[in-house]
Parts: sequence; C-alpha cells; structure tokens
Amino acid sequence: MSPVPQAAAGQAGEGHRSGDAAPGDQGQAGEGVAAAIRSYLVGLALAALLTAVSFWLSYTHVIYGPVVNVALIVLAIAQIGIHLVFFLHLTTAPDHINNALALAFGILVVVLLIGGTVWIMGHMNANMMPTGGTMPLTPGSGMHH
Amino acid sequence: MSASTAPLAAGPGTPIPRPPDPYRLGRNPGGESPATGHGSGGPAPTAIVVSYGFWIFILADVITFSTLFAAFAVLKDATAGGPAAADLVDRGTLALETACLLLSSFTCGLATVAMRVRNRFWFQVAMLATVVLGAGFLVLEAREFAGLVAQGAGPTRSAFLSAFFTLVGCHGVHVTAGLLWALTMMAQVAAKGFRDDVVRRTSCWSLFWHALDIIWVGVFTVAYLMGVSA
Repeated sequence: MSPVPQAAAGQAGEGHRSGDAAPGDQGQAGEGVAAAIRSYLVGLALAALLTAVSFWLSYTHVIYGPVVNVALIVLAIAQIGIHLVFFLHLTTAPDHINNALALAFGILVVVLLIGGTVWIMGHMNANMMPTGGTMPLTPGSGMHH
Repeated sequence: MSASTAPLAAGPGTPIPRPPDPYRLGRNPGGESPATGHGSGGPAPTAIVVSYGFWIFILADVITFSTLFAAFAVLKDATAGGPAAADLVDRGTLALETACLLLSSFTCGLATVAMRVRNRFWFQVAMLATVVLGAGFLVLEAREFAGLVAQGAGPTRSAFLSAFFTLVGCHGVHVTAGLLWALTMMAQVAAKGFRDDVVRRTSCWSLFWHALDIIWVGVFTVAYLMGVSA
C-alpha cells in the first residue's frame, strides 16, 4: 500500500473535510445514492441469510448436536460483522482508525467480561454443587470430592 | 545517542526524516498535515466529534449489555423446577421480531441516504417505515412477555427467567427509547429541515438504531436459539 497523500481524505461535506470519518459515514462523498443503497441491500441480504441459517440450525439435526451452539455463536459473530461493515460502514482504513480502535477495546472488554464470568462461574458451579443439588455445609467440603 | 539525532535536540525548523505513515498516528508524521483532528490541522469538525463521542457511548452500552449476557449465561440452567428456554420459545414470534428489527435497520440506513442527499420526502418515508417496524417489534415482544407471565413463566419464577426478562426487556427499553428518538428526529427535520445540528442528531440516532439490531443478533442467538437447541 502506497502512502496516502495528506490531503486525500479531504472531500466535500461536513463529515469528510478532516482526516477522520465519523462512524456510520457512507464512504466517500463521491459515491452515489445507488451505491449507498446497494451496500445496505447487500447487508440486508447477508444478514437475512445468516439469520435464516441460525434458525434452521437450531431445530434440525444436520450437524453434530453438541456443536450446534458453537455454530450459532459463529453465525452471530459473522452477522455482527456484516452489520458493522454494511450498515455502519466501518473499515480499517486510516480515516476509520479511531472508530476501529474504540470498537476493538469494546470487544476486548466484552470478551473479558462474558468469557471471565462464564469461566469462573462454571468452575464454581462444578466445584461447589454436588450432583445431589444441595450444598453441603461442612467447611471445605467443596474442595475435595 | 548523539545529540544531533535526538529529536529534542533538533533545532527549530529542522525536519526530522521519518518513514511515511499511512495511518498518520501521532503529531505531524511526515510533515504538516492539513487534516483536522491530527495536530496542526486544528480540531475535527463537530460532526466527527459528536459521532465519535456517541460511538464511545454505544460501545459502553454494549458493555452494559455484555454484563446482562454474562448473567444470563450463568443463570440459564437455574430454572428452579420451572420452564426452560426450550419450553417457552415460540420460533414464529421470534422470526417475526427478528425480521421487523432487521428490516427497520435497513430502512434506517435508507433514511440516512436520503438525509445525505437532503431529500425530505424519502427521509420521512424511510423514517416512518423504521418507526412502524420498530413498533411492530415492540408489540410482538409485549405480547410474548404477557403470554409468558400468563402461563406462570414471569420474571419471578426462576433465576433463569429473571435473567431472561432483564436481558430481553433491557433491549426492549432501548428500542422504545430509539422509537421516541426517531419520532423526535422526524419532527425536527419537518420543522427545521436538515440543519447541521439536526443532521448530527439523526446520525447519532442511526448509530443507536443499528447498534440495537446488533445487540438483538446476540439476544436471539443466546437467549432464544441456544436454549432451544440445547
């Protein structure tokens, strides 16, 4: 990739005069209405397709049962990516670097929060809840069984 | 390190050779930049600052939702002898709700295209479609909640249902707020036209509305479909 000239990002319109693009900006101002609508149509079609596959996977037995939930999560992440690219027009171009970095930090916190919670609570559940259902009250009984 | 190459020791006006940086991180890499928001170009335009600030708010809101997702993931099996997700999910209602929200995200995008070319008629048409679809989503969700409560599966029944109602209900509250906001923007564009501040508010609203659909992807996957397939 060749270095971008400093003035290349400056275009018409309030959102494009600077080196940065606002999140949700529909690309460069030179792009026509048809191109912008086409981007939303492509996003709608891809999102609808991924949603349909998710619904279908949740009640067929085409794939191995225990991995259905993993497939559903993968499909959801893919659809979120579609929304970010085609509806929010997020890119990794230099004019979007602030937006992409903020998003990356948000994803980091979300992953730490959900992953950490599920991990810790899963271990606590496994270590402190015998299959009988009631928790023994003797001290330390949760540690060895 | 010799003093002649230390940046701080370089005399005023002495250009320090640096490799070209396409991302223009830091201050004035590769020389003076006319671009705003990167140092010598001055502050970024209000539209950029406002949208970026609202983007940060949305990411914080997503983090709030992630705590509710985490709570749901931990409590999803704590049914206390009551109904589980597989007993409660009506896939038809869920599909309709999802279709409403996805289509409204699409019409929201069309509204921003109309706003970009300053077409008031198509802006209002697309906004009206967005509001109708959003309201349809809320009606479906309210009926679903009422049905759950009527069959004894209200939020007080079990920890699973508490987490379910909190997660899905919080999203519903956001959709309600987004609807009121959309109606406000329709009224402001009708009364004031595409003034700069009205355009900025509408841009923020469109970010909010798209984000709600992104959250819904997580909701219907985690709170509904994963419970059915388990």
